[in-house]
Amino acid sequence: MSDSLLLLAMLVVPAVGAAAVAALPGDREATAKQATLGVSLLVLVLAVLATLAFDPDGERFQLTSSVSWIPGFGVDFALGVDGIALVMLLLVGVLVPVVVLASWRDTSPGRRSMRTFFAWLLLLEACMVGVFAATDVFLFYVFFEAMLVPVYFIVGSFGGPRRQYAAVKFFLYSLVGGLVMLAAVIGLYVVSEAAGEGTFSFTALNDLQIDPTAQRLLFLGFFVAFAIKAPLVPLHTWLPDTGAEAPIGGAVLLVGVLDKVGTFGFLRYCLPLFPDASREFAPLVLVLAVAGVLYAALLAMGQSDMKRLVSYTSIAHFGFIALGVFAFTTEAATGAVLYMVNHGIATGLLFLVVGMLIARGGSRLVGDYGGVAAHAPKLAGVFLIAGLASLALPGTNSFVSEFLVLIGSFPTRPVFTVLATVGIVLAALYVLLLYQRTMHGPPRGVLFAAADAGTPDAGTPGAGPADGGHPAGGATAATATATGTATGTATGTATLTRAAGAATRVRDLSRREVAVVAPLVALVLVLGVYPQPLIRLIEPAVAATMSDVGAGTSDSSEGTD
Amino acid sequence: MDTVAADGLLSASWLVIALPLLGAAVLLLGGRRTDRFGHLLGTATVVAAFVVGLLCTVALAGSDQRSVAVDLFTFIGVGDLDVQAGLLIDPLSATFVLLITGVGALIHVYSIGYMAHDPRRRRFFAYLNLFVAAMLLLVLGDNYVALYVGWEGVGLASYLLIAFWHERPAAATAAKKAFIMNRVGDVGLALAIFVMFAQLGTVSYEGVFGGIGTLAAGTVTAIGLLLLLGACGKSGQFPLQAWLPDAMEGPTPVSALIHAATMVTAGVYLIARSAPIYDLTPTARTVVLAVGAVTLLIGAVVGCAYDDIKKVLAYSTVSQIGYMFLAVGLGPVGYAAGIAHLLTHGFFKAGLFLGAGSVMHAMNDQVDMRRFGGLARRLPVTFVTFGLGYLALIGFPFLSGYWTKDAIIEAALDRGGTSGWLLGAVAVTGAGLTAFYMTRLMLMTFLGRPRWTDDVHPHESPSVMTAPMVVLAVGSVAAGFLLVNVFPLDEWLAPVFGAPEEAEHVVAPAVVGIVVTAVMLVGVLAAWLFVGRREIPVVAPERVSPVTRAARRALYADAVNESLFMRPGQWLTRALVWVDNRGVDGAVNGLAATLGGSSSRLGRAQTGFVRSYALGMLGGAVVVAGALLAVTAG
Repeated sequence: MSDSLLLLAMLVVPAVGAAAVAALPGDREATAKQATLGVSLLVLVLAVLATLAFDPDGERFQLTSSVSWIPGFGVDFALGVDGIALVMLLLVGVLVPVVVLASWRDTSPGRRSMRTFFAWLLLLEACMVGVFAATDVFLFYVFFEAMLVPVYFIVGSFGGPRRQYAAVKFFLYSLVGGLVMLAAVIGLYVVSEAAGEGTFSFTALNDLQIDPTAQRLLFLGFFVAFAIKAPLVPLHTWLPDTGAEAPIGGAVLLVGVLDKVGTFGFLRYCLPLFPDASREFAPLVLVLAVAGVLYAALLAMGQSDMKRLVSYTSIAHFGFIALGVFAFTTEAATGAVLYMVNHGIATGLLFLVVGMLIARGGSRLVGDYGGVAAHAPKLAGVFLIAGLASLALPGTNSFVSEFLVLIGSFPTRPVFTVLATVGIVLAALYVLLLYQRTMHGPPRGVLFAAADAGTPDAGTPGAGPADGGHPAGGATAATATATGTATGTATGTATLTRAAGAATRVRDLSRREVAVVAPLVALVLVLGVYPQPLIRLIEPAVAATMSDVGAGTSDSSEGTD
Repeated sequence: MDTVAADGLLSASWLVIALPLLGAAVLLLGGRRTDRFGHLLGTATVVAAFVVGLLCTVALAGSDQRSVAVDLFTFIGVGDLDVQAGLLIDPLSATFVLLITGVGALIHVYSIGYMAHDPRRRRFFAYLNLFVAAMLLLVLGDNYVALYVGWEGVGLASYLLIAFWHERPAAATAAKKAFIMNRVGDVGLALAIFVMFAQLGTVSYEGVFGGIGTLAAGTVTAIGLLLLLGACGKSGQFPLQAWLPDAMEGPTPVSALIHAATMVTAGVYLIARSAPIYDLTPTARTVVLAVGAVTLLIGAVVGCAYDDIKKVLAYSTVSQIGYMFLAVGLGPVGYAAGIAHLLTHGFFKAGLFLGAGSVMHAMNDQVDMRRFGGLARRLPVTFVTFGLGYLALIGFPFLSGYWTKDAIIEAALDRGGTSGWLLGAVAVTGAGLTAFYMTRLMLMTFLGRPRWTDDVHPHESPSVMTAPMVVLAVGSVAAGFLLVNVFPLDEWLAPVFGAPEEAEHVVAPAVVGIVVTAVMLVGVLAAWLFVGRREIPVVAPERVSPVTRAARRALYADAVNESLFMRPGQWLTRALVWVDNRGVDGAVNGLAATLGGSSSRLGRAQTGFVRSYALGMLGGAVVVAGALLAVTAG
């Protein structure tokens, strides 16, 4: 009854690894790190094997395996991937080892040992694999909710000064979404029961014809949960707080992968299971999507905290993804899936490099930095590449996906597309403003003043010592900028004269840091030039979804807006 | 003209792009290890690209084909969208390749000397290589997406080079401004591509030009106007011209590269390449004309008022590109004339910028012409080469600019009717203004009494810098004559734009030549009367006419941009941040509190009792199980 054990292995290996790391004695932190890295690399290998075993032209779901789990309710422990899920598993496989290596020198801000952090990380990886590989709606729901626990502890125990607040906020939002979805999951079972046999199997549910009213309700149930997860405006306000307070490694996985569960859910569950409702609600979703593109980009420009800023850019990017999903064309939706992968790589890279900067200066505030490029050219170079990928410059991976989303959406949704295209100017603004303020100009800020104040504690991204002095909450954002600017001006001359002596104090990227960013930089560039292998994986699954929702390639859809 | 697949030498034409790209990659990844030979490698790759480009052009000219495609690989293929990474070699792209790599190589050589003492010279050459590679992709791509990739690549390279001395806030700001204003234009180009795909299902030149005739007139006009927006951004045309003069913050060879060989010529290329689209839309063509005419005057007027030698040259570029836009806006009669002026301009403007760099080299990087004067004797080579470029630019008879600018003015007059006379008048006026501001520049820089600051000791530049200036000076003198009379450019480009027709001249060419020359001489004379005869104050006089005051502020372009976009934008951003923190977050928190029962419970929840949540989840699971049981039982 099981064709392939690959996916099961991808699920079990990190779960067992998590248990093993957690069971290590408290003083064996080095062993814990090495074991975590080894396990995550093994998962990466499994993901690559799965990709090699996957035939893009074959069945929709491959590498399937299924065992009956709760027979009474037709719940199966069923795993399997289509091209969309597969590329997400690849993303998970790549990002987790990178995050492990990036967190290598982090120190715990609280009482807990970093060993626990790595154990949670592996458990989170297992949950992420599960959520993408589940082909049973109930199993999906279980993983969807289970993910909250590791994230809660990663943020709440290892985050910045306001980690408790952020973790609870994240948990509350997610829980509300999860409960609404739970109702819809149960409703789905009821509907299937009424139609014959009660089931949670995606394939069986996909064949079901659900009456419009039920579709509407069920759609909304799933949609709300996914719109909180992905987050769409106006359900987004938890992300900047959580993204800012999470340790960098957690932030990368949160924004890079976890949030994609929302957009993945739109495509996997909302569109195929509730095609009529999807079409009906599409205009509303598109309004939220495009509003998010513009609104979050403007907000990103106004942020003084770098991690909040990156979080807001992600909200803008999620708007693009939602636009691609709900434009109902193969081109746009393929672009949206590719966007999920590319955004994980690009924004992951941006978060990592911002984290490296924060690790040096101990402050998350944009205004506390300046002129870094002259003294740490490698760091500045990687920062720029990450930024350019974020603004979707051609030659970087993000361009391909953003371009596909827009060109694919234009034929069916010209007005929304034109508005979203304006977002590319705003993206250039928020990236280049950030880059100019931190990297260009004369050397100034905490990195150069640190010559007097002693070496900043380099090992605590997201929880640096100066964080305490700058509560990064939204309410204080404006004040923080003002303070930053004032300090900059007042000490401008002093900093300049001191800069020559202090120059050596800004370390450029270490070998470990180069090893962290190098794979992502390589992916940014390679996928920017040759994205076709990924597109080949994604397109058939997207085409199947589009035919479920009654749409095809761009020109065969109705030209209404 | 049918396009055929490449064979033989032409199938290796991708090397033209790959060589400088490889140079950039080696220099950026190689790090300090390549410091010693980086500048030589960077120069060698562009020289090699020029050689390959030249061989390809010769091969193209020698064959009976005039449009050759090189397919490399599928870049993006989804559903109906098929974007190939493919190159198109035809007379137009070959001409641009020679300009870009030829002038580009000279600028590289010059930079070896100019940047000799800069600790980041290797990086500079890496960026120059990147610039050249992106520009080559722009002109060689066989579809609009490839063009777009090169288009934004050029934007990136210019950003990196303008911000090369990024410790200087002005340089960093100028680079950002250039990128952002370019991106505004890029939105237009992107939307044009979207419309093409939506309407025609293709983005390749062949497909678009083949199907464009089937579209409604309004759609074609829309595409034409959107493309024009892109062209205005890249070429610094009204209303997106304000970034170009600020781009002078980069090292001077960058200015030469941006203004002569790459970047600003891209807009002209885009419109010329899209000739089959503009041929069908007189409306869009008229807008191109208007943009060209307006920009031509703006650039010339502002150029008269600046004291910064590089900014005068920058506004001169704005103005000259205006001529080119005017030419290509005229349609079939003007395409070849526009490209011809682009080529001669490439020679003399590159020469002028390199000359300006040589002057700055001698004057401790000063740019204020009020502090120059009498440099002719100290910098003889610079003076002669710069002087020839100057004469070519103002259209001195039988030098390069004379031939190609006159052709544009003739074509404008040939349009006939009021608009023909109006455009002709604008173009002739522009020629007079050009003569004025360039003569003023010459007088203030090379002639008259020295007004140097005490610390300068002017000296001629090393030969690695003067040699490229000499080559460009030769081009400034001869290129126009060669392109009009010896190797007629309009015949070479005929496969792209159609065969040149013998136009019915409204005004005899000889008369045009005489009138334009006369106006030019008036401009020179006026400069002599107002500037040459008098003592030049080292501080710009405050009491000047309103026109001068406006021109000194670049006709308020920045002021308009600031008050219309920047300040409202900042205000909006601040307001939204406030709304998001107070309003949206508050509302959602409030909603969550209501759902949770009461706000006090939320307050308690936020103290962080994780266990209660674990309990909550357990409770949720129980509810699920119960519900399922109930359903099954029922």
